[in-house]
Amino acid sequence: MSQQTHDPISEGPPVSSDLAVSTEEAETPQTRLGRFKIPTETLRAYTMLFALIAIWVYFHYSTDQIFLDPRNFSNLMRQTAVTGVLAVGMLMVIITGQIDLSVGSLVGLAGGIAAIAQGWLGWGLVPSLAAGIGVGVAVGSFQGALTAYVNIPAFIVTLGGLLAWNGVILGLSRGETIPLRLQSFKLIGQGYVGPIVGWVIAVIAVAAIILMTVSRNRARRSHGIGAASLRSTLLRVLVPSAVIIGFVYMMNSYELAPGVAAGIPNPVIIFLAIALAGAFLTQNTTFGRYLYAIGGNPDAARLSGINIRRHILAVFCIMGALTGVASIIYTARVGSASPDAGKLLELDAIAACVIGGTSLMGGRGTVFGAVLGALIMASLDNGMSLENVKPYLQYIIKGAILVTAVGLDMVGRKRS
Amino acid sequence: MPAFLEMLSITKSFPGVRALDGVTFDLKKGEIHALVGENGAGKSTLMKVLGGVYPHPEYGGELVIEGQQRRFNGVRDAENAGIAVIYQELSLIKEMTVGENIFLGREPSKWGVIRWEELYRRAQQLLDSLNLDIDVHTPIRNLGIGQQQLVEIAKALSQDAGILVLDEPTAALTDTEVKTLFGILNQLRAKGVGMIYISHKLGEVFQISDRITVLRDGKTVGTNPTTEWNEASVIARMVGREVGDIFPTVDHEHGEVVFEVENMSVQDPDVPGKKLVEKVSFSVRRGEVLGIAGLMGAGRSDLLMAIFGAHAGSRTGVVKIAGKPVHISAPADAIKHGIGFVTEDRKRFGLVLDQTILSNMTLAGLRRISGRFITSVDAEAAAGERAMKDLRVKANSVFTIAGTLSGGNQQKVVLAKWLLTNPRVLFLDEPTRGIDVGAKQEIYAQINALAKTGLAIVLVSSELPEVLGLSDRIIVLHEGRMTGEFTRATATPEGVMACATGHAARAA
Repeated sequence: MSQQTHDPISEGPPVSSDLAVSTEEAETPQTRLGRFKIPTETLRAYTMLFALIAIWVYFHYSTDQIFLDPRNFSNLMRQTAVTGVLAVGMLMVIITGQIDLSVGSLVGLAGGIAAIAQGWLGWGLVPSLAAGIGVGVAVGSFQGALTAYVNIPAFIVTLGGLLAWNGVILGLSRGETIPLRLQSFKLIGQGYVGPIVGWVIAVIAVAAIILMTVSRNRARRSHGIGAASLRSTLLRVLVPSAVIIGFVYMMNSYELAPGVAAGIPNPVIIFLAIALAGAFLTQNTTFGRYLYAIGGNPDAARLSGINIRRHILAVFCIMGALTGVASIIYTARVGSASPDAGKLLELDAIAACVIGGTSLMGGRGTVFGAVLGALIMASLDNGMSLENVKPYLQYIIKGAILVTAVGLDMVGRKRS
Repeated sequence: MPAFLEMLSITKSFPGVRALDGVTFDLKKGEIHALVGENGAGKSTLMKVLGGVYPHPEYGGELVIEGQQRRFNGVRDAENAGIAVIYQELSLIKEMTVGENIFLGREPSKWGVIRWEELYRRAQQLLDSLNLDIDVHTPIRNLGIGQQQLVEIAKALSQDAGILVLDEPTAALTDTEVKTLFGILNQLRAKGVGMIYISHKLGEVFQISDRITVLRDGKTVGTNPTTEWNEASVIARMVGREVGDIFPTVDHEHGEVVFEVENMSVQDPDVPGKKLVEKVSFSVRRGEVLGIAGLMGAGRSDLLMAIFGAHAGSRTGVVKIAGKPVHISAPADAIKHGIGFVTEDRKRFGLVLDQTILSNMTLAGLRRISGRFITSVDAEAAAGERAMKDLRVKANSVFTIAGTLSGGNQQKVVLAKWLLTNPRVLFLDEPTRGIDVGAKQEIYAQINALAKTGLAIVLVSSELPEVLGLSDRIIVLHEGRMTGEFTRATATPEGVMACATGHAARAA
């Protein structure tokens, strides 16, 4: 699951934390917790993890142990996928200091176009999917161009988009809900990869973790930072491996019918692939590094030869493509495209990023955090629905949690 | 006449720097007292003490106004004591009208409701009394910089200021506006207002002031009636310090010309028709350090920014590298052609403070160091660690966050960033501003070492001794134009300063 996304050489919080502990006691911002001093960044990442675990434990017991049973857990993961995919894109947008409010409406538009293509126009699966994703890319590029080259603030461009794209799909669909005709389309949102594929993925992931930990230790030695201790190396391999194996085991124990194991849901596979790609792109490429620099200090980035406009355009393009992917998953999961689909999803995606420690001022945030944030948001939705919390109360609670999470973060930041 | 304001043994320190070191200064009613000195001599700091920007325990010494000892807790306190400071950067709100700005925070009101008629009537009276032909309903953004400056002065007067501080008030004014301003100042002098007049323009200082005080290195080095000074004696006092010791005199070996600029002009993006730089030409050889001297606002940074493709204003002129004209429309082009630019104000233009030393060092040369698309931590860390060792950056590791470093170490990180782009020409804009003496010397040694390797260096610095000590050749800018050129042999502090203040014919 999400823990897979952190790559040992990246600068994601749990990873750099180890470096920070061993090398920079004096110079990294620290937070004091009783007798312990912990680098603030690390503390933030772990706080979110603990918050997630606490939420899970709470719901598990308050729902008579339904929350974490295989069936609901599988559902929860599937629900996370759409917000998660959007959060990965949103993270990149926010890192550069921008925002995209049109994402929810665009999910409705792109999903609607894909549904129209396969239903009314009779297109095949691949052309229909391409149409949906294509619309996402086109809209993203358009909004990115307006932001980067016409200098209209992204807030305004995408607020306009939020209204306009919803209007477009209302018009195109004549307000109708368009059912999915292709079974293969529905499978993208409703199917599973089967237990064997799950285990193969687990084996590959564990092998990758071991390999990367080894190579990371070698790199550390060659830079004279000193290799990590045996204990921390073991922890670094065993904890994520255990999480991955546990995750696959859980997914495989959900039985569609007696004796028929489901395996990982398709949307979760897509989501994990995108999260991994997003983590790689932000941490291990020049492109990703430029995004952080642009958000952190646009003047310094510009004077260092970075073409800011081009990068902002690219980021909105990626956001558009991921919105297209999310719309496909969403439409396939529901089995039909309604013009109202996806409404307000942008707020979930932004909230996921912010809960995951992303700064709306830009320059700060990780895919790992955004994925955690998406899991927290989805867990709240899922758990409160199971508990039959009234919808009005759900909104209030989610709002309060978002503000509290950021409030605690700000308090922590000031102290450090 | 007894002194109206006395500042007694004022001291003020910043980390690593003693900005004011026992300054004594006084002002009489109805007097214009000019305060002059090089950049960094402490003029602005002194005025900030007076204006309450640094509240009492942050500075040492005593403020006495009309015989009473005063300690200000903030700007408001100083204002209430009748002190109005007009800073170089205007503090007007552009979207509001002239009238609203004049009464900002003190609007005539009843039950919290603003009485607009009274506000505009009083504002108009005020402007009329100063013979200013400005409509009080005009939004500030529609006024030229010069008129804005006059509005700022009117605003200060509306607060019944007994002491008026003007920091470079004529920097943005046209000749006619300067005349208007001086008219107003004479009027105020007659009314008994005491004024402190800070300016680099010695001609104006002699024209308007009654007394002149020269500051140097945070100390008062002379106070006399204006009639007892002349320009030469003021300049001598401003620069009168030993250049030497900390600058190892190194004669660099010069190779062929690698970098040329011909007829560079830069348009002011905010003021149509105003040129920030006008027809400046220069060239640099391999292994040569070219100093660009000049006072604040002379256009030195604008010149470098424009060459680098990073200036907001439009630009004309030719840049040649190794004899060939090159086209530079963005910093990326400049970097590609081998120009590195250690910009001024490292926190604003140089560093991403939230990120590690390594990320900052490799930012400009990332593709060269780390790979075109996929980055290699190994390659980066190797390059970063080498640079850290070479430049002696003091930090635990390359993964330390840049914002936690001292100024000197931050500056070394910025220098490393540009050296890692493998430049042929290196621009250094105020490379030692705000860093301690030890770090300064290390940077000086580094500059000499880099020149020795054949790098062509263009050095902009407001610290005259620095320019004189490091440069093989010096050009001087004054109000965007080149007013002098010196070799190491012909350069004297007095000669350079005379060109920088616009009071010498082209020398050498």
